[in-house]
Amino acid sequence: MKKLINQPTTVVTDALAGIAAAHPELRVDHDHKVIYRANSPITGKVGLISGGGSGHEPLHGGFVGVGMLDAACAGEVFTSPTPDQMYEATKLVDAGAGVLHIVKNYTGDILNFEMAAEMAGEDAGVKVETIVTNDDVAVADSLYTAGRRGVGVTVLLEKICGAAAEAGADLASVAAIARKVNGAGRTMGVALTSCTVPAAGKPTFELADTEMEIGIGIHGEPGRYREPLGTAAAIAERLLEPIVTDLPYERGDAVLAFVNGMGGTPLLELYVMFAEVSRILTGHGISIERSLVGPYITSLEMAGCSITLLKLDDELVRLWDAPVCTPALRWGM
Amino acid sequence: MATDVVTVTQLEAWVRRFADLIAENRAHLTELDSAIGDADHGINMDRGMQAVLGKLDAAPPGAADELFKLVGMTLVSSIGGASGPLYGTFFLRFASACGPSVALSPDDVVKACRAGVEGLVARGKPELGDKTMFDSLHPALEALETAVGAGSSPGEAFSAASRAAARGRDDTVPMVARKGRASYLGERSAGHQDPGATSAALLFEAAAAAFGN
Repeated sequence: MKKLINQPTTVVTDALAGIAAAHPELRVDHDHKVIYRANSPITGKVGLISGGGSGHEPLHGGFVGVGMLDAACAGEVFTSPTPDQMYEATKLVDAGAGVLHIVKNYTGDILNFEMAAEMAGEDAGVKVETIVTNDDVAVADSLYTAGRRGVGVTVLLEKICGAAAEAGADLASVAAIARKVNGAGRTMGVALTSCTVPAAGKPTFELADTEMEIGIGIHGEPGRYREPLGTAAAIAERLLEPIVTDLPYERGDAVLAFVNGMGGTPLLELYVMFAEVSRILTGHGISIERSLVGPYITSLEMAGCSITLLKLDDELVRLWDAPVCTPALRWGM
Repeated sequence: MATDVVTVTQLEAWVRRFADLIAENRAHLTELDSAIGDADHGINMDRGMQAVLGKLDAAPPGAADELFKLVGMTLVSSIGGASGPLYGTFFLRFASACGPSVALSPDDVVKACRAGVEGLVARGKPELGDKTMFDSLHPALEALETAVGAGSSPGEAFSAASRAAARGRDDTVPMVARKGRASYLGERSAGHQDPGATSAALLFEAAAAAFGN
């Protein structure tokens, strides 16, 4: 294992120290591993918090700031944060308008956020709504699985709901927009290499030089198929086909297309992928109205990418275009 | 008819023995988890139980409910993942069922174990055969109830429960996971022993050791 770390056990706390040092507009509660806006809580505004295992940076801490999240809780690498963290974050950002918990659909995240929401309601009297993202079409959504994983849509949802909350929408409205975004978005990913959890010290799975894993999760969970590595054009087809047919996205639809890097793939390759996505969607008569390209929800140093489509309407376009100022996403201000 | 009671000292010894077994099996649990999960079960459980040991050393609890509340709260706040809330809920419900006693009758221990497992089921909603902790906890609880009902001593009863837990753990090997990250694998999860069922079996192995003397 070759990593820029001091020791495996202090990766998360050392990174949080770096975030605090680099971003004075944010505060870090080091005891609870919570990153939050320095001016929290903001009177009259619904608070947005998210969190999850570390190793997906910039998700979620890099999305704390004006127009996006109020706070993010950092768990150990690939491990959900604990209820006391979300409880502290909830209290930090609540100014009486309530708090939306944005949770990716993983059993650990669900259970810990559920305990935190119970504590916040019972002990602190905070109104909490929860949105669970589950956009990964690689997982069969049935009674026999934990359900689809929350992946790329989470980034888009945090941006769009953040804009709504910043504009003064109440908790029920922000939660409704969150459900709308989750319902209109679908994602699928591919891995070209594995990743190494610092505390484990060795790659999470083995993948030969000539192979790729289609339908990979963001923690190195196996996907649907292991296949010989294809060209960018072939891989884009392989990822988009199940996405387009799932919602489905249809001729005449306007979408936001998001090509996300898994952490170890250069932007050069992500743009090669975006060209293929554009070509394929044009063929389907689907127009790309907005785009996002880059590593925003990563899996440590894994090489690969995910593709997310979000069906847009005027409301979602307006909220997407609204100003945002966070370490990882910034425009309009 | 057994009249043996389990003292708080023995209950604390149980918790400490569980921490030792988790530490000894840390790499094994993580390896099992890397086959069908996310390769952190041993790491997370060990971090949680070491935190418990630190708190026990700092301020040894005087009553059973204090002891298990400390264990539950510490695990909830230090493990993360699904295991934190599940083990945490088990011990917190166990604590509530114990009350402030300094010695538990075998029936009290059974009642507390049942409360703990029921709490865990309410939290995680597992069913038998889902390939989870519950697949070793459920047969262990049944064996414990049967043994105590037949008048076994706590040591004997937990030995029987530990054997049942181990069988339940082994039975997870051919199962197809329907809960947690392993469920993403579908049929590919068959042929692997469940890490949660493995750590849960250690809980009963630890009790058998702690109450056997």
